[in-house]
Amino acid sequence: MPLGLLRFALSKTHPEPRMFTRHDRLKPAYDAVIIGGGGHGLAAAYYLARDHGISNVCVLEKGYIGGGNTGRNTTIIRSNYLTPEGVKFYDESVRLWQDLAQDFDLNLFYSNRGHFTLAHTDAALRTSRWRAEVNKHFGIDSEVVGPEAVKKAAPMIDLACGGHAPILGALYHAPGAVARHDAVAWGYGRGADRRGVEIHQRTEVLGIDVAGGKVTGVRTSRGNISTGKVLCAVAGSTPRILDMVGIRSPITIHPLQAMVSEPVKPWLDPILVSGSLHVYISQSARGELIMGASLDPYEVQSTRSTLDFTEGLATHMLDLFPFLSNVKVMRQWAGMADMTPDFAPIMGRTPVEGFYLDAGWGTWGFKATPVSGKTMAHTLAHDRNHALITGFTLDRFRNFELTGEKGAASVGH
Amino acid sequence: MKRMTCPVNGPRAISEFVCGGEIRPMPDPATCSDDEWADYVFNRNGSPGVKREWWCHLPSNTWFVAERDTARDVVLRTYLYAGGA
Repeated sequence: MPLGLLRFALSKTHPEPRMFTRHDRLKPAYDAVIIGGGGHGLAAAYYLARDHGISNVCVLEKGYIGGGNTGRNTTIIRSNYLTPEGVKFYDESVRLWQDLAQDFDLNLFYSNRGHFTLAHTDAALRTSRWRAEVNKHFGIDSEVVGPEAVKKAAPMIDLACGGHAPILGALYHAPGAVARHDAVAWGYGRGADRRGVEIHQRTEVLGIDVAGGKVTGVRTSRGNISTGKVLCAVAGSTPRILDMVGIRSPITIHPLQAMVSEPVKPWLDPILVSGSLHVYISQSARGELIMGASLDPYEVQSTRSTLDFTEGLATHMLDLFPFLSNVKVMRQWAGMADMTPDFAPIMGRTPVEGFYLDAGWGTWGFKATPVSGKTMAHTLAHDRNHALITGFTLDRFRNFELTGEKGAASVGH
Repeated sequence: MKRMTCPVNGPRAISEFVCGGEIRPMPDPATCSDDEWADYVFNRNGSPGVKREWWCHLPSNTWFVAERDTARDVVLRTYLYAGGA
């Protein structure tokens, strides 16, 4: 038996430090308050403390850390977007992802798989080509490949998709990867905690005080805090927080559902996405198939999942992989997605001084966790939008300057 | 399976319907400011609560009004539109 384990047997208390410290009470004031203890909020806290020396910060989380969309996504990481703004932003994120496990000294199970966006129609192939050209222009590894390349990477696939939606080609993106999403929240949480950031779980924000157009404090279920800077990073609850400061936004909430199968032996290496069939699939390190589909088509603020979803997704999955008909679904769930009209996020400064927004992350937020944390930390520290997020500000909707990312951000089109 | 009650065709599977969004008054494009128009075009009430929405039963192309609680995901009432915003 390794000696290290003996400590656990002999000690009356847990002999290892926990991932982060539990604080009994809130301080009366902080330099910055981050609402939302998901990946984005914790990443912002981490970079504020590490890169900008601002560690008198607290992260307020209504539930438990990483329990929202950080723990509900299908963990896909890629940068093959459509707009120059999106491509540059997500490319920086992929770069950060690749060193993150070293940074944290924590295994994130970051696994580079390669990512195919299947095209079943001429129109889809045309979008693939468009994305490939934009990507290549910015030095990102993307190319259009034929059906034979798809078959070679995923031999179990039915290229004819049962005869009604044959695969004509695909956009192949070699850096496509998956990672263990919970560990991302823990890694950022631990890193922030060690640098002096306080994480307060089960602490709900009840109101935000604004005086003379400036943020002055936050009222919570565990007491009031005075602060001049608030970052809102609460996927799925953004409109409720915006109501507290009187800002209007285009964000509406739609559930996004996903499911996993029972574990099966490894057979699927790449990540596959089909816009026409509205599905995506990858196989986890444990052998489960992680599958997702498009958004529920109307607004709902709840995380209840539906049978319609399972049936629809399974039907399309069998078009791609008929042999899966005997594989059982193990569990399904839903997350609340902040949807925007142009499928790009809403980030940066707002009309209320000291109130910053990291929202509108719809169905594309997990892959952006490192870069959103880094750019939002910069934005908070300097009170100036980071250069990478200037295409994502809230006032683009006032100026009719949208960042149309629908063709690359979602499968529901 | 979730259901929606069409005022003409009765209760049907919700997959037969499409949501047309919340009923909102449109400002007069000839007289309103650019900001008012942008607010109308893009901004929405995204908070949970009871909302009055346009819905359409697709097979019969029947547009009607549904009062729906988006937090509890229940339809409270549906009826044919009788004017007003």
